[in-house]
Amino acid sequence: MNSVELAKKIRLVTAEMVYKASASHIGGALSMADILAVLYADVLQFDPNNPSDDNRDRFILSKGHTCASYYATLGIMGYFPMSYLDGFAQEGSLLLEHTSHYVPGVELSTGSLGHGLPVGCGIAYGAKKLHKNYRTYVIVGDGDMEEGSNWEALLLGAQLKLDNLCLIIDYNKIQCFGRTNEIINLEPFKEKLDAFNWNCIELDGHDHDALRNAFKEAEQTKGKPTVILANTIKAKGWKSMEDTLFSHYHSPNDEEYKQLMEDLSK
Amino acid sequence: MRKAFVNQLVEEAKHNDKIFLLTGDLGFHALEPFIEAYPDRFLNCGINEQAMIGLAAGLAMGGFNVYIYSIANFPSLRCIEQIRNDVAYPKLNVKIVSVGVGFAYSALGASHQATEDMGMMRAIPNMVICTPCDPSETTQIIAMSAKYDGPMYLRLGKAREKEVFEKVDEFEIGDFHAYQESDTPNALFVSGSIADYAVNWIKENQISTAIYSVPFVKPINQSQLKEIITRHSNIVVLEEHQLSCGLGSAIVEQANDMFANGMIPEYPKIHRIGIHDLFLHVCGTTPSLREKAFLTLDKGLFV
Repeated sequence: MNSVELAKKIRLVTAEMVYKASASHIGGALSMADILAVLYADVLQFDPNNPSDDNRDRFILSKGHTCASYYATLGIMGYFPMSYLDGFAQEGSLLLEHTSHYVPGVELSTGSLGHGLPVGCGIAYGAKKLHKNYRTYVIVGDGDMEEGSNWEALLLGAQLKLDNLCLIIDYNKIQCFGRTNEIINLEPFKEKLDAFNWNCIELDGHDHDALRNAFKEAEQTKGKPTVILANTIKAKGWKSMEDTLFSHYHSPNDEEYKQLMEDLSK
Repeated sequence: MRKAFVNQLVEEAKHNDKIFLLTGDLGFHALEPFIEAYPDRFLNCGINEQAMIGLAAGLAMGGFNVYIYSIANFPSLRCIEQIRNDVAYPKLNVKIVSVGVGFAYSALGASHQATEDMGMMRAIPNMVICTPCDPSETTQIIAMSAKYDGPMYLRLGKAREKEVFEKVDEFEIGDFHAYQESDTPNALFVSGSIADYAVNWIKENQISTAIYSVPFVKPINQSQLKEIITRHSNIVVLEEHQLSCGLGSAIVEQANDMFANGMIPEYPKIHRIGIHDLFLHVCGTTPSLREKAFLTLDKGLFV
């Protein structure tokens, strides 16, 4: 499955999971779907039959509230049977509405923001100390980047020259109460990330070729970690909900679900 | 105690190449023996405790046995959510060492007085919490911690503490450390470096009492506690921590549950000496601040 086909499938499965569970956060789950697709189709080294393989690349989803599309990705990649996803947010299931390390393929439980990058720094630093070649990838959200702990970790990552670490910011520019730039303005974002001495690549987070090239550049960059500032659209793919605050909370009703699946099937 | 910690960690690191030491830019003139012996297994993370805990978690995920060194509230309260979510929940092999707890940094003010940390840590599942009372006990507990695979919070005094208790044979996590037996109803439980004061006070006042160092506030060896409170009906607990959530609370909770479950026929008197829900905002030496916080023994406590 190439990354475009994978992204489409991730979105369809995610929509079904969120609809069935009447869950929130579909907006952020869809905005990062292309990033997940490129990572799992073309970048990450992993073996779904051996999730604890020592040589696997490590992936952390820091914005744990958008785990639906991450779980969908893990299911599609074969970490568990697709029927396992029916348990999403259901009584007794391990598929919580925030990323859980009890799910095969997941490295770190998240939910509280600002945790993924510091831990990612530790994994990457440990890999260097152990002379291991695996790489570490962390997806954070833009709201996530308002947490001070992430800026501490940006300082640490640069100080430790963690060129085996790649941070991806899903910059969909909407958080709980509205537009990110009206709540805590992160701009000039790229300049800040550059100033923190990371190799910062700004791109369209839905452009698979751009993402692939950026991941390649990250791998080739020595002496500093890479951050991909991925401009994305909240709820990308659900036409009527794209770039809306509503998509942060809203779960599709029956009628909307029909339209959503039509949108995503195109 | 910090010297005992560093020296023992150096010993442990000789035969355990997974031991890694992080500091939040503290430990100048203390950590050097480790830094000089194992420069590749030491990192000064700078002053960023939240990221430091995350970094430790990531290192532990790679198989390291990570020690974090800092002082007072900085590696505990400052980053309590990172400790809970990133270390305790996945039960990672991270040992958090806080130096100078209680009123050890006496004149540095409330910011440097770790008097609530045990309560915060006690509430977190998977966490082992230990407050040794003197350098020897610190040495033993650091040796024990190096073999333990999981999260621990180690509360240490600062420097130049006297030896209080004679070295005992190796004991297990959760064990009471018996210093003095007694046939009287009295038993004194003491935790941390305030033990020096307690033992001297008992001697000076010629009180007949059993004395136990209780380094572990979590877990507590229930069968030992049961045996002690069955033999002694008048227990005095002394600690350098808020009364609401420290060792005294832990003992009372355990005794209460044993009594409620019928494990003990009678409920002992338990006198708790700790800090009464207050901050101190005046200068003073450690002993003087302890007095100001009413951390003193009194003849009336004993029968």
